[in-house]
Amino acid sequence: MVPLSWYLMLAAFLFSCGLYGALARRNAIAMLMGIELMLNAANINLVAFWRHGVGPMEDLTGQAFAVLIIGLAAAEAAVGLALIIAVYRERRTIDVDELDVLAG
Amino acid sequence: MQLPLGIEVPIPTFEQFVFIQVALLTAVAALAVVISRNLFHSALALTLTFFGVAGVYIFLEAEFLAVSQVLVYVGAIAMLIAFAIMLTRSMMFGRTSPLNNQWGKSSLFAFLFFSALLAFARATPWPAASEEIIADEALIGQLGREFVTTYVIAFEVLGLLLLVALVGAVMLARDR
Repeated sequence: MVPLSWYLMLAAFLFSCGLYGALARRNAIAMLMGIELMLNAANINLVAFWRHGVGPMEDLTGQAFAVLIIGLAAAEAAVGLALIIAVYRERRTIDVDELDVLAG
Repeated sequence: MQLPLGIEVPIPTFEQFVFIQVALLTAVAALAVVISRNLFHSALALTLTFFGVAGVYIFLEAEFLAVSQVLVYVGAIAMLIAFAIMLTRSMMFGRTSPLNNQWGKSSLFAFLFFSALLAFARATPWPAASEEIIADEALIGQLGREFVTTYVIAFEVLGLLLLVALVGAVMLARDR
């Protein structure tokens, strides 16, 4: 039996990696990859708590939410990458440091 | 098991041993995603991470999620990311650092955040054992029934969101 805290530690590591990637990378696609990592970490936590919670056979809330998050991540990736391609076509760059038209 | 310096380490069971392998693979791949200089290598490492997370779902006896993970993340999202990298390839190879000028602060913050989460995960007294479950078709069937009863609104909204997002993505990426 794998203890719950091991899953939480793995998820914490994935989340921190994703956080760093989303904050520190200049490429917009790399930022998006960081966000995907964070979503995956959240999903691991949800499923781990479902498995170690009370009555996992009767109450499938954790799994249901994880499925919804997977769907949401697919939508987010599609729109995000479409935006990146549109921006690239317009500006010939996807470096988020150079995309500062809205900066005051 | 006794390590040097008198550190006591419990001997892992076989299941725990395999979990450690899968978790290490996932963690190393996730680290490679964020530190790799070549964006395409990042995308490949991300695919490996998705596979590792699917393995973790198998350990948690959530087979349906593991299959969905491979189908959606590895099959669709990793593919989309690879296409996006190839469509925007001119800027990312080698020219300058892949990191912006706040990477130091970001890494410090991410490390502190990780340490805090780790401390919480270790300090909280979680229930030691979990209930036995028989993860088979019946459980997946029950998940399906929950989606058309308890979570029907969330399910329908997600369907609508996916439709709008995909039509919107086509609109955004279209060549005008």
